[in-house]
Amino acid sequence: MSKFKKKSATSQDIPTAALPDIIFMLLFFFMVTTVLRQDEPEVEQRFPDATQLSKIEKKSLVSYIYVGKPRNIDLYGKEARIQVNDVLIDKEEVAQFVNEERDKLEEAEKMQLTLNLKVDNNVKMGIVSDLQFELRKANARKILYTALPRGME
Amino acid sequence: MAKGNRQSAEVNSGSMADIAFLLLIFFLVTTTIPNDKGITLQLPPYTEEPPPILEENEKNIFKVLVNAKDMMLVEDEPIFDAKEIRGKAKEFILNFGKPDADAMDVYNSLPPSLKSLSLKNPKSSDFPKEAIVSFKTDRGTSYERYITVLDELKAAYYEIYGARIGMTADEFRNMDRKKNKAKYARARTGIPMNISIAEPGKAGGTGK
Repeated sequence: MSKFKKKSATSQDIPTAALPDIIFMLLFFFMVTTVLRQDEPEVEQRFPDATQLSKIEKKSLVSYIYVGKPRNIDLYGKEARIQVNDVLIDKEEVAQFVNEERDKLEEAEKMQLTLNLKVDNNVKMGIVSDLQFELRKANARKILYTALPRGME
Repeated sequence: MAKGNRQSAEVNSGSMADIAFLLLIFFLVTTTIPNDKGITLQLPPYTEEPPPILEENEKNIFKVLVNAKDMMLVEDEPIFDAKEIRGKAKEFILNFGKPDADAMDVYNSLPPSLKSLSLKNPKSSDFPKEAIVSFKTDRGTSYERYITVLDELKAAYYEIYGARIGMTADEFRNMDRKKNKAKYARARTGIPMNISIAEPGKAGGTGK
């Protein structure tokens, strides 16, 4: 009666044949649910919390404007700046950007252009208000302030 | 010719998992899940000169002021918690101090929970169509505070809209507007969202 005799001869291997399938499933999930980002923000982007959030209805009508302190302080300084399409611009150039974005839309949708303002938490209202004034001048009056959902009330 | 040594016809698929892992990690790193949610706002049309505010309209304006130090003043009273704004704004909008015939219909259509908010104070708003919520900041106000206060003001309106059609504010906001056009219109009739963002003051300086 040997004490050290193995009791059974069952295989100790876990079958790994299905592993690639599982990984592929994960891969497809990520490929489908994510979108490659269009712009690389050159300014700091941390958003405020809010409760009354709405979703964007039609993505093709939305253009993005980023506002925040530049990440590269040596090059652009410490003051908050406006960024569109990977470049930092002055507020006088906003109207031009709006018109370019509007030209991309169909005739019937031109007035429905929505500007998504991605403004950093630490920005002061001065620059935001200047930006909004320029948008009003350019008659782009639908805006959406990006904000994060706040936890529990 | 006799068949030689039979080599295995199978492709070695042992490293398939590794290839898939590599792809998976690539996608994980390069993609971001977009957060495209936010607070909507309609800016006023551009005019050369700001329209003058008439004195007699004073009672129909709900004034919210925030200075460069992020301190809040609502209807000339300082407040310390932004959450107080929501309730005050709802009372102001639903005051019905001097309603006309149309506004009376609106009042009668309100559910009891909203009717109870109506104080009929002659010094507050006449009826919701006339009532304007004016929100003025300073150039030195932080954007964070601006969004917090704007959020409360929007919440006041959305809670009213939601209550009118038996929903919460969240349900109303996330409702599919195209599918529920009639419901949406019913919630908003007679109570337009009059949030006016005033040109910010410069008293507090622009800050650093």
